[in-house]
Amino acid sequence: MKPWITLIPALLLLSACSGNWGWYVVNPTTTSGWNNLNFMISGAYYTIILSLTAISISVVVGLLVALPGLSDKRGWRMFNRVYVEIVRAVPILVLILWVYYGLPALSGITLNVFWAGVLALALSDSAFQAEIFRAGIQSIGKGQYEAAQSISLNYRDTMRYVILPQAIRRILPALGNQLVYMLKMSSLVSVIGMQELTRKANELVVSEYRPLEIYTILVLEYLVLILIVSAGVRWLERRMNANDS
Amino acid sequence: MSIISMRNVSKFFGDFQALKDVSLDVALGERVVVCGPSGSGKSTLIRCINRLEAHEQGEIIVDGTELTDNAADLEKIRGNVGMVFQQFNLFPHLTVLDNLCLGPKRALGLSDAEAKDRAMKHLERVQIPDQADKYPRHLSGGQQQRVAIARSLCMEPKILLFDEPTSALDPEMIAEVLEVMTELATSGMTMIVVTHEMGFARRVADRMVFMDKGEIVEVGVPEVVFESPKSRRFGAFINQILSH
Repeated sequence: MKPWITLIPALLLLSACSGNWGWYVVNPTTTSGWNNLNFMISGAYYTIILSLTAISISVVVGLLVALPGLSDKRGWRMFNRVYVEIVRAVPILVLILWVYYGLPALSGITLNVFWAGVLALALSDSAFQAEIFRAGIQSIGKGQYEAAQSISLNYRDTMRYVILPQAIRRILPALGNQLVYMLKMSSLVSVIGMQELTRKANELVVSEYRPLEIYTILVLEYLVLILIVSAGVRWLERRMNANDS
Repeated sequence: MSIISMRNVSKFFGDFQALKDVSLDVALGERVVVCGPSGSGKSTLIRCINRLEAHEQGEIIVDGTELTDNAADLEKIRGNVGMVFQQFNLFPHLTVLDNLCLGPKRALGLSDAEAKDRAMKHLERVQIPDQADKYPRHLSGGQQQRVAIARSLCMEPKILLFDEPTSALDPEMIAEVLEVMTELATSGMTMIVVTHEMGFARRVADRMVFMDKGEIVEVGVPEVVFESPKSRRFGAFINQILSH
């Protein structure tokens, strides 16, 4: 199925109840509408940059948290459990507020809005990434480790060349899910003033008083972004599978 | 002088004792076939030799180095002891060539070109050089097991351990794997083979080791033990295997 087909029902719904709409506010044929539309779309830059930066960090941190969870040493496993349980229990919005307003008071470190958002999103997501990696790595059979050991590979090389390449293929759909989730959760960073899609929409609503039209455009913006991500992840999966057949 | 020396080795899985006070010496160049009923500890025995299982009591000395948790010793020993598994355990995400080159490159520090030369040499030895660029799942079971043997050979080990190498194969593929193993045996490789292939044992084994319930029950030259087993348990086992 072509992804754009999913847009059709949304558009039909909109035109069906056109009586209540005031589309002039984002009508691209008028100067003000065109400007408003551009204003909204310009938020995509920070939504994308923020999400990609945060997910890059959370994947790395997630892996670093997952590995101790697979150790035979109790202490390492405890570290993994405690990290995952605590971080997973904090609502993302709370974490954003805590990092932005709380961290400076605690440590004297003041982060700008962007990095506070990245840190909060990455931290929150890393706990989920850790669980995904752990499940992926645990799904690789014991025989693969034994074969790696029998050709004298050390732990690092075993993970890098044998286990992780197989595990990552298996968890790719789950990683794609997390990226979608991250794109949506980045809207919460608007509360500390990040100029991303949701913040832009909010600001426009305040000046134009057309929440229905503006938030509808906002929904469509996220929909388009996420359909692109989905297509990208599916392309990557196909390419990886094609690679070894 | 023996290249493998096991002294009073015991191994437990929880309360179950998989190896009971086992002692065995293997000389350089010797071919030993280990047989016995399932659960008799024969796999555990050879898995202790490259420490895929850690023994709890006794000592195991391989090529002059005692097996302990010392990581450096362990890497050295594993470089000298190859292992072929029942389920092949090839790396499914790598081509045949990359399966073979991984150990030499990462563990022995060979260059890409050196590793590739070595890999092709051993692929020719197991008679499948034309499959180098395929992925394991596109090969037959017999071919996969021959790749696994070549992967072990690429580390140029002094000792090769075989853990029921033909048990997961269809009958028509057993012969091609045994043929490669026989060729290895005649080349002077030190081999310990866990197998039920008694024809192979008769042809190549210098010594037969019969295990039951975690103990070595009988050791002897194939011609002798097959004709006149000393223990009743071994006699019964041979009858069972040969009569079906």
